[in-house]
Amino acid sequence: MKLLLAKAHIPNIRSYEVWKANGGYASVEKALKMTTDEIVEEVKKSGLRGRGGAGFPTGMKWSFIAKPEGVPRHLVVNADESEPGTFKDRYLMEFLPHLFIEGIIISSYALGSNTSYIYIRGEYAWIPDILNAAIAEAKAAGYLGKNILGTGFDLEIHVHRGAGAYICGEETALIESIEGKRGNPRIKPPFPAVQGLWMRPTVVNNVESIAAVSPIIEMGGEAYSKIGVGKSTGTKLISACGNINKPGVYEIDMTISVEEFIYSDAYCGGIANGKRLKACIPGGSSVPILPANLLLKTAKGEPRMMNYESLSDGGFQTGTMMGSGGFIVLDEDQCIVRHTMSLAHFYMHESCGQCSPCREGTGWMYRILKNIEYGKGKMKDIDLLWDVQRRIEGNTICPLGDAAAWPVAAAIRHFRDEFEWHVTHPEEAQVRNFGLAHYADERTVVAP
Amino acid sequence: MSDIQKVKVTIDGISVEVPVGTNIVDAARVIGGDIVPPTMCYYSKLEGSGGKCRSCLVEVSKGSEKDPRPMPKLVASCRTAVMDGMEVKSITSDRVRDAREGVTEFLLINHPMDCPVCDQAGECKLQDLSYEHGDVGTRTEFVRRTFEPEDIGPYIQLHMNRCIMCYRCVFAAQQLCDVREHGIMNRGERSQISTYIEQALDNEMVGNVIDVCPVGALTDKTFRFKNRVWFTKPVDAHRECDTCCGEVRLWMRGEEVYRVTARRDEYWEVFEASNGKTGWICNTCRFHKKKVSDWVIEGPAKINRHSVITQGHYVGAHNPQENLINEVIGKSPKLLFDIHSQSDVNRPEIELSHISGPAHSDNFLPNKKIDQERVLDVGRKK
Repeated sequence: MKLLLAKAHIPNIRSYEVWKANGGYASVEKALKMTTDEIVEEVKKSGLRGRGGAGFPTGMKWSFIAKPEGVPRHLVVNADESEPGTFKDRYLMEFLPHLFIEGIIISSYALGSNTSYIYIRGEYAWIPDILNAAIAEAKAAGYLGKNILGTGFDLEIHVHRGAGAYICGEETALIESIEGKRGNPRIKPPFPAVQGLWMRPTVVNNVESIAAVSPIIEMGGEAYSKIGVGKSTGTKLISACGNINKPGVYEIDMTISVEEFIYSDAYCGGIANGKRLKACIPGGSSVPILPANLLLKTAKGEPRMMNYESLSDGGFQTGTMMGSGGFIVLDEDQCIVRHTMSLAHFYMHESCGQCSPCREGTGWMYRILKNIEYGKGKMKDIDLLWDVQRRIEGNTICPLGDAAAWPVAAAIRHFRDEFEWHVTHPEEAQVRNFGLAHYADERTVVAP
Repeated sequence: MSDIQKVKVTIDGISVEVPVGTNIVDAARVIGGDIVPPTMCYYSKLEGSGGKCRSCLVEVSKGSEKDPRPMPKLVASCRTAVMDGMEVKSITSDRVRDAREGVTEFLLINHPMDCPVCDQAGECKLQDLSYEHGDVGTRTEFVRRTFEPEDIGPYIQLHMNRCIMCYRCVFAAQQLCDVREHGIMNRGERSQISTYIEQALDNEMVGNVIDVCPVGALTDKTFRFKNRVWFTKPVDAHRECDTCCGEVRLWMRGEEVYRVTARRDEYWEVFEASNGKTGWICNTCRFHKKKVSDWVIEGPAKINRHSVITQGHYVGAHNPQENLINEVIGKSPKLLFDIHSQSDVNRPEIELSHISGPAHSDNFLPNKKIDQERVLDVGRKK
């Protein structure tokens, strides 16, 4: 089922003429005839959950926005997609800019925002040009600017380039960055819905959540909520990468199983080079890693599905999270210690340095992991590592501390014997990998 | 005061009524004592400070009367407003104590531990924090982080290696000076306090960053290596000053003024001056008036704190609990050096607070002879 990427294959879909000829901007025309409350209600009905990682219901988030008299409100779209392994928003913005802009117009209208911002990561250097061109086209066609379609609703969209900081993907750091300040997360409360950008009520949403608003209005919230299972409604973009045959961005309707997603030719197409699956991070680098046996089947023995509930089944003990949909697959040749070390290095480098557990703890974790990886580790280092991540998690200002702690915690929880092997066989660990050991699910061994 | 709405909050079983909008730390300070969360970055006189060091984490076991659910995470008490009927656990919660121990450890893994040569030693908040909440020994084996030394002018010594990134000086400089001169450079572990780029701080009020610094990262250059804090005696004094309130605390030894600071309370925050404003002092008072004749002496300052400088010698101070013997099992600790045998002031038998006027060495003269015998005694026992 394709909603967001349904038109992605049409040649030259980036241009306004082709987009319009293929039914573009119908949802905007429909939405601007509705009242703002009706739109919020439709989004609530659709059960759309934030696609940025936390999975908070978007309609609920919209209804929290404060509406004081005479104070402008803002919509900020978080396009600072910096999570290692996640590249779904890039695909949306690069190939379907008009779908994205449709979503922004409808959302801004629903929220009463006359100035909306797209905060895009600095490394996506060419995408702001694509977006600006699309914004200019939409403006020329009368979908942006003053008095849109004669409804009296004004909207300007500004594209703001980031400067390459992962932390600016955190909503309050992103707001600080737009204001021209150092990208430090703010201390909550007050939440952005009350005091956000320029101290005005602000909603910060992910690109995919905003883009999904357009099909929701087009087909109705009720119909959208029928796609998927349970509270995982609609479609989700998954950016699959790692040791698979067909890396790329896939749109799934959250009813397929993880096994199908990895091995089916419609999606990842199996593990590359006929290797066996060792582990997988299903939702971007911050979510806990799972070994193959727990990834394909939950602790209860049910097959694990690609949706919010099933992936988080069993909590962090035996489960993980949907996250932002950055699906990273590791085959039998990958070293978990090295993998965890490189993630720890990333979080050390991207910590803003504001609060002490994250500033000091991320660097400490990286150095311990580096020692273990390069054969200088001791047994007590593994326990120390566990202790350090435990004291970072939950004690920081923003979720970056948690995001740095979870991958380390999960790696030790599920792959402790590999860490121990690195300590007991320091020289052997330099020349060969630990391999699969007992992590593999025999059932999943498929002939190449 | 009846028109201000009051709310009731219970911290570690002690209830107190505070105005609406007070944060948990300030409510705890109304109660006082051991339950007050340690604050490394929060400074009630500076707008926007707090929330960064995480040493003041507390557990909220009951949100409020209306919504009695406990908060799932530990919260930073300096940035959390109290609600009516809120119940807070500070030192009675194992989670809180563990988290604070963690924060202390994090703050110390890259701290140079150069207390023996640090001018802040004795009145250092990090010393207090590690004494109260820290673990014995260290678990890190890595080289500590260092920075290139930076010169920020003739009065203020920046020692970036000791910095704990509390941002207090940034807020102080922004709120007291007209021009924004210094801030945070870089990111993460490598973030540092600096001026853009390596300029001097020369605003008239900028000396106050020394007073707000909880550690020895910003110290007074005119006091550098001159004396130890616990050898000097605090005396309140004032003078006519056009730029500031002129109400200061002199740190004297004999008749010499070693250092001038603002008057600070037991949480090391600047008092309100008699004109009703916060008693920040200007650079002229701080760095240039170092003669007793410049000042009108009011009398010895009463310091009510538990830091090293006040051990047993000031009003209401606590003696440290001797736990060294428990730590080094089977070995009896040796007294290498009794500080009171060397110090003119802070003798246990002399109650400094009871001496009126600046302390002269005359006050201590009768004990001079005993001093030397004591030194010999200590030497012989070894």
